[in-house]
Amino acid sequence: MRRAPLLIAMLAAALAWPIAEQFLPGSWSVLDAVKSIFIFAILGLALNAVTGFAGILNLGIAAFMAIGAYAFAILTNDLYPFQIGFWPAILLTLPIGALAGFLLGAPTLGLRGDYLAIVTLGFGEIVQDVLKNLDSITLGTQGINPLPAPVVPWWKPGEDGQGGGLGLVDLAEETQGAGPLLSYYLFLAFVVVAWLVFRNLERSRVGRAWMSLRSDELASRSMGIPPVRTKMLAFATAAAFAAFAGGLWASWLSSTGEPANYDFQISILALCIVIVGGMGSIAGVLVGALVMIGVNSIVLVKLFEWLQSKGLGASGSVFVSPNSWKYLLFGLALVLMMRFKPDGLVPASGRGERKPSGGRS
Amino acid sequence: MEFTSAEVFAQQVLNGLSNGMIIALIALGYTMVYGIIELINWAHGDLFMLGGFLALTILGALGLEEASGPMAVVAVLVILAASAGFCGTLNVLADRIAYRPLRRAPKVSLLVTAIGVSFIFVNLGLFWGGVPMEVFSGGIAAAAPKDFPALVPSRNLLGTDDGVGFTLRDLLVVVVTLPLMLGLWWLVARTRLGKAMRATAQNPTAARLMGIDVDRVIGSTFFLGGALAGFASVVYALYNNTIGFQMGYRAGMDAFTAAVLGGIGSLPGAVLGGLLIGLIRAMSDQYLEARWTNALVFAILILILVFRPSGLLGMKQREKV
Repeated sequence: MRRAPLLIAMLAAALAWPIAEQFLPGSWSVLDAVKSIFIFAILGLALNAVTGFAGILNLGIAAFMAIGAYAFAILTNDLYPFQIGFWPAILLTLPIGALAGFLLGAPTLGLRGDYLAIVTLGFGEIVQDVLKNLDSITLGTQGINPLPAPVVPWWKPGEDGQGGGLGLVDLAEETQGAGPLLSYYLFLAFVVVAWLVFRNLERSRVGRAWMSLRSDELASRSMGIPPVRTKMLAFATAAAFAAFAGGLWASWLSSTGEPANYDFQISILALCIVIVGGMGSIAGVLVGALVMIGVNSIVLVKLFEWLQSKGLGASGSVFVSPNSWKYLLFGLALVLMMRFKPDGLVPASGRGERKPSGGRS
Repeated sequence: MEFTSAEVFAQQVLNGLSNGMIIALIALGYTMVYGIIELINWAHGDLFMLGGFLALTILGALGLEEASGPMAVVAVLVILAASAGFCGTLNVLADRIAYRPLRRAPKVSLLVTAIGVSFIFVNLGLFWGGVPMEVFSGGIAAAAPKDFPALVPSRNLLGTDDGVGFTLRDLLVVVVTLPLMLGLWWLVARTRLGKAMRATAQNPTAARLMGIDVDRVIGSTFFLGGALAGFASVVYALYNNTIGFQMGYRAGMDAFTAAVLGGIGSLPGAVLGGLLIGLIRAMSDQYLEARWTNALVFAILILILVFRPSGLLGMKQREKV
């Protein structure tokens, strides 16, 4: 299956959407929700490196997101002595996340698959508890705020709140950082960069070693691939980019939110993105993010808004709140994909072609 | 009234053991399913949660919320039987629909499916809490924890209200859990079905060649494990007087940790692990800080998996290739 046309179409749609939105009725405005698609696309790409490429089920990816978000907050908020601003802080989330991944991975990556999955889950819970309980540093359930919005170098907000630059569109509501539109394109640029990084990793020596370990650890080991060190690279890379996504998330919300925002549900949402898209398939992950977050944050929300505007269901009833269908959505996505389409909507190249009866896979 | 420090300690030991017995009952379900198909049955904790919701629904439908005396005994027996049957059946259905088609798939696919089933159960619990019945506060705030009727009073059986309390509820825990554990042990060690279960756990292919209907045996295992979760849910609800749609996650993680601590796949290990986790939780609540207890349990889980993955009573085994 061809990947390039799909990716180009998605990129073109993402580039054109804010302009198209100008001509649509106000209720179609989903710019903010699309930003969360971008952030989760990066998180999905990160998880895909460890779970899709290297075949290690990581159920605690949200913990690294939390670490990134809090690192970003502590590096920028004026309660702390650093205050280094958006760009240095967001870039520092990468090594910080990698370090956290290394610290968890070093003692545990020798474990067998399902045990390692439980360890990552436990780590995710412990990180939440630690962030909540160390309230002298993290402000507990309050979260740390405000946080700097993305700033775009060489671009100055126009005079008296009027946008300069882009010409085509009016950049309304200029705050201290880049406007909503500019940060939209900035986030999109981050997705493109992450996509390039992971695409190159996939084709590199390391990436091929990951996939070789996934398909047969014993054979790879005898070909001279050190399993623990190679898995460690995948684990730390994923942690680094998850932390980066966390930093972006915090910057976008201008707050870390409470530690419980980075719970098991987020880890599973990321897993759904990877599994729906196709494990090990980069294009798939992008499609997965679009489908899962699109349904979760846009389709369901708009659907229930519409239902309520038609007077169906009392407001406040559990059945007409988009939030109360989340678990079912995630659960069904996992069960149905595993049962009927285990390689995902956009299978990784070379994966879907295996004959099921062709001996050992 | 002041407690001496020895009394506080004794009371915490008692509380820990009572909660530990409940945890052990749930842990048995994890360990049985893991023993037979090497699946960490993620949905087990949420199955337990649904059992609690069924019990509350029955009490509400039959108008037994205020029952006392002999009627309370009848009510407890009814909800015990109903929840056990319900959870057992639901577990079998989950196996049939979700897990059985994946018997030959990679283990990780099975685990991911179980996580999916768990999320579906959680959503069912959330909607169930929105059912317009009086016991569910008329369906307002579906997500809020629900009060469970105090059918078993917390009367101290050691005479006065002073000093260490061994209440009627602690007695209930012992009276329900202990016979179940002994019965399970008898079933696995002494009956034909038990022998078939042990054979299937050792080697499903060989068991099939010997004429054992493996799918049936696996189904029975799911039923028994689920039924134990159903019993546990009623005991838990009567002991704590509250249930909520998210309680399965916490209870499930405690029980899973207990199963791993004892040695996953080992029945006595699950009981021992359950008691230990109950005690550790009680001691941590009392002498450390309650807000660190969950993190402590997870830290124990990670440490066991890293340093002694076979647990306390589990047998060391090489991973099957």
